Amino acid sequence: MSLLLDFLDILLATMRDLIPIVAIIFGFQFLVIRKPIVNLSRTLFGFFYVLIGLALFLQGLERALFPLGRLMASQLTDPAFIDLHALLPGEFSWQNYYWVYLFAFAIGWSTTIAEPSLIAVAIKANEVSGGAIGVNGLRQSVALGVAIGISLGCYRIVAGDPIHYYIIAGYIVVIIQTRFAPKMIVPLAYDSGGVTTSTVTVPLVAALGLGLSETVPGRNPLLDGFGLIAFASLFPVISVMAYAQLAEFINNRRSAASA
Amino acid sequence: MPRTLTNLLRSLGGSARDLAPIVLVVVFFQLAVLQQPIPNLADLIIGLVLVLLGLTFFINGLEMGLFPIGESLANAFARKGSVLWLLAFAFALGFGTTIAEPALIAVAAEAAAIAADASLIGKDQDSVDNYAFGLRITVALSVGFAIVIGVLRIIKGWPIQYMIMGGYVIVVLITMIAPQEIIGIAYDSGGVTTSTITVPLVTALGVGLASAIKGRNPMIDGFGLIAFASLTPMIFVMIYGMLV
Repeated sequence: MSLLLDFLDILLATMRDLIPIVAIIFGFQFLVIRKPIVNLSRTLFGFFYVLIGLALFLQGLERALFPLGRLMASQLTDPAFIDLHALLPGEFSWQNYYWVYLFAFAIGWSTTIAEPSLIAVAIKANEVSGGAIGVNGLRQSVALGVAIGISLGCYRIVAGDPIHYYIIAGYIVVIIQTRFAPKMIVPLAYDSGGVTTSTVTVPLVAALGLGLSETVPGRNPLLDGFGLIAFASLFPVISVMAYAQLAEFINNRRSAASA
Repeated sequence: MPRTLTNLLRSLGGSARDLAPIVLVVVFFQLAVLQQPIPNLADLIIGLVLVLLGLTFFINGLEMGLFPIGESLANAFARKGSVLWLLAFAFALGFGTTIAEPALIAVAAEAAAIAADASLIGKDQDSVDNYAFGLRITVALSVGFAIVIGVLRIIKGWPIQYMIMGGYVIVVLITMIAPQEIIGIAYDSGGVTTSTITVPLVTALGVGLASAIKGRNPMIDGFGLIAFASLTPMIFVMIYGMLV
């Protein structure tokens, strides 16, 4: 029974999310374009599926993964756990947090693989590129970027460095890469930064950032808890361009070898 | 609809593969690293079944509803030839989808608490609420503005890299003069604005436009709208932090 009530609650919230979009689309369709929608029933079914799908997805995450993920984030950052597994027992050192970095890496990678909006963009990119960009290749390289980004972000919280040095250094790498990466990957790479951080990744990563900044001595959760999302949006840009550069490099070598 | 049903069943397998890594990571850390039993195993299993069904429905709905309507709208606007209406649509889409975004509402409330704590604004409930609401409007405006700029870029065929890099330079410059407390939130707000419904729709719009307009390449010109939508909130939020 509570399952059903929860579902209705989340369904309502998802509907509130969807309503402005539906209103804008149909408003413009009827008032400005003034043409009937092709395949209206199929489209409506599609919207219905999106609504039901998102609601089920969110409810499942709330029920299963988020509580466990949050619990694990707080347990892994617990000073007692850190001390128990410390490389340098008794003194505060960033190296003692190695399980946290590993967890950040693993959770960043695995949540990104499950991120619905990334799947959407990967499907579109695969379609538009005529199959040159693989759905899984793109998703894996984005996921790797998020994984590296979040573990580095955790290191930053533990070490207490100011966030903008990292972000600005990342931008500089992006700018240099843009110069050399294959032209067709650049817009997609820029997009993948914003795509990665939505339904699945944000709540778990936020819990991790908060847990860390609350327990690491000398950190302020209000100032240091933020910023992990920014890392998770920056590094996929780098990793997607790197993926394309690597693919191009291998291709060039192969064609050079066969020539 | 028996055809859609078989489609659904087929994509269930794909969804299971997508979710397997999370389950593996969580179970491994719980059992091997933290060395604790999994609490509420029944809840976990029910939840996973729901997530699995949800992802499957969502992906199918995407291909049936969101993608086609995004592209057909892009086509219709391109054929109609009215840039003004297209830009109005772009703004409405960006603003309308962002203002109601739950992640943004949460971040804005958090930011207001921080600002009150740092004595940037008054500590009473009224000024905290006002600050949070102003922040939401700011981010929604910036996303509307971003989609307008991005659509304009597709129409004109401007190269994306100079615009994004220009945006980054602005971010870096403003970071130097913005109040310390707002920087983390500003950087994060770029990531939270683009929701799971907005992303497929905006992507379909961009790719549809680039395919419909002669001389544009959907791969080079079609993507990039999301990038603008994640960049402008950083700039706008830091400016907001300086003004308020």
